[in-house]
Amino acid sequence: MSEEVRAYGGGVVTEPGRSTVIVSSMASDSHTWNLVYLELLVGELGFDVVNLGACVPDELLESETLSRRPEMLVLSSVNGHGYQDGLRVVQRLRSFPELRSLPIVIGGKLGTGGPLSEEQTAELLFAGFDAVFDDQQGAAAFRRFAAALPGAATVSVEGA
Amino acid sequence: MNFEAFVARQHAAGRLVVQPRMGFADPGVMRDGLAATKRADATTVGTITLDSYTRVCDTDSVDHALRNGIPLNGYPIVNHPPAVTRRMLDGIEGPDFPVQVRHGSARPADIFRAMIAAGLHATEGGPVSYCLPYSRTPLDEAVRNWEHCCELLVEAGGRPHLETFGGCMLGQLCPPSELVAISVLEALFFYRKGLRSISVSYAQQTNLGQDQEAVAALRRLCAELLPEATWHVVIYAYMGMYPRTPEGAMSLLGNAARLAVSTGSERLIVKTAAEAHRIPTVPENVSALEHAGASATGRLATVESDNQVYREACALVDAVLNSHADLGRAIVVAFKRGLLDVPYCLHPDNAGQARSRLDAEGRLGWSELGSLPLRGVAEHAPGGRITSSTLMSALSYVQHTHDTRALDHPMTAIGGDSR
Repeated sequence: MSEEVRAYGGGVVTEPGRSTVIVSSMASDSHTWNLVYLELLVGELGFDVVNLGACVPDELLESETLSRRPEMLVLSSVNGHGYQDGLRVVQRLRSFPELRSLPIVIGGKLGTGGPLSEEQTAELLFAGFDAVFDDQQGAAAFRRFAAALPGAATVSVEGA
Repeated sequence: MNFEAFVARQHAAGRLVVQPRMGFADPGVMRDGLAATKRADATTVGTITLDSYTRVCDTDSVDHALRNGIPLNGYPIVNHPPAVTRRMLDGIEGPDFPVQVRHGSARPADIFRAMIAAGLHATEGGPVSYCLPYSRTPLDEAVRNWEHCCELLVEAGGRPHLETFGGCMLGQLCPPSELVAISVLEALFFYRKGLRSISVSYAQQTNLGQDQEAVAALRRLCAELLPEATWHVVIYAYMGMYPRTPEGAMSLLGNAARLAVSTGSERLIVKTAAEAHRIPTVPENVSALEHAGASATGRLATVESDNQVYREACALVDAVLNSHADLGRAIVVAFKRGLLDVPYCLHPDNAGQARSRLDAEGRLGWSELGSLPLRGVAEHAPGGRITSSTLMSALSYVQHTHDTRALDHPMTAIGGDSR
């Protein structure tokens, strides 16, 4: 399946010693500007980025995550089905012993009616996400989370 | 059957037809939404926007959602039996209030069948515009699917109406000439498959003058290429990151209505003040329709039809038509060779070598041409390296412009641009 996967900007650039982050939508979401933006943002933090693009089936997400062993998996969605799709996907991913400790985060517009309730956010965390970044928060909280990962560049990323 | 006749009649009377993008899972709520659209104080047509599970043929997830009361982001026309949809429309849809189905699918055969079974004959999309930006379906498969769907519509008889979505590739940051070229190519694709009632879309971009040139180019190319069809132009209010303030959102929508009127366009798809935040409610849609209707004033602008957008669009269309006698094959070949190449599009069948940029006046142009057949036709000014914040500032240019004006002071935090 990996020929389906082409990072924005011309291929998966791998540099020795850099760890990989996977950026992905979920099966029913076709939005991609969020993914293009995240690819650049995560790349600027010193990671190689594999961008799985629009409408990623659960099976492809699993196979790519299992085979690439990324430092983090970032799920982004803006179509309002992110909450229910996220619940399903993270439970499937966490059922693989190899992926139990992988940082998996989700963000974007995750419900059809605006920001998620505290209860919904708690359910996503309970289902296996390490963090939930609602659209209203902007990118700052996500950037801090990603910058704290072991593979992140140590250079200052402020003002990038 | 009555879509084109209704639009033509209103246009002749000097009225702009305005239309929401609206879809609800529950037939009762959907009916109420259509009824409210019909009652709105504007010249309206109705929309049934489908949910995104239906778009990717995931009817199991729709089924699960319907059984468990999980919200959907649109009307699942394939899962609801035709009788349910017919009942939902009964007494509302008709010659004075046509209804169009909007979906976004690269594999739309089931949608077309369900729509036809429910007595609806107006929809939209296209082999390129509903494949490359929104799916992982291979382009050649999407082309075959859309050929088949055109056949389904033509076989259904009457005078079905099909609208291209090509004028809205990725919503934003695609230079107008490529939007025009893809809209025209999709219209010609429908035409060659036997459709004779067509509309061509163009989505408002970043500069009014350039948008007016684009619509003039679109009209000129359609007049040349669709001689025996009835066609009209539909403008979409800005499809990228929308202003966050109600005032900014309404000012942008007002501009879209004036773009439509100044270019003689017949129909406008509106956006609401809630757009930047969530899926809009029925009253929010109604107020957007009424605001657009009230803003549809002004006169036709004088636009040179031999303009830069036309020259580029013409070069793109020509290159594709020269790639293969069969237009479906030609489109596939063109993308393979990079003769069409949509900036920032992640689909594996897109070359991904062309890049766009905004100039100081907000005109959208090229920074990299890749293999586009535009050397000697289009200028291109290499931009700097694209970073997350330069991309975000391009993506939020329109949002920022209108919100700033609305608030009368700079809002540096808008767009969540990596702070």
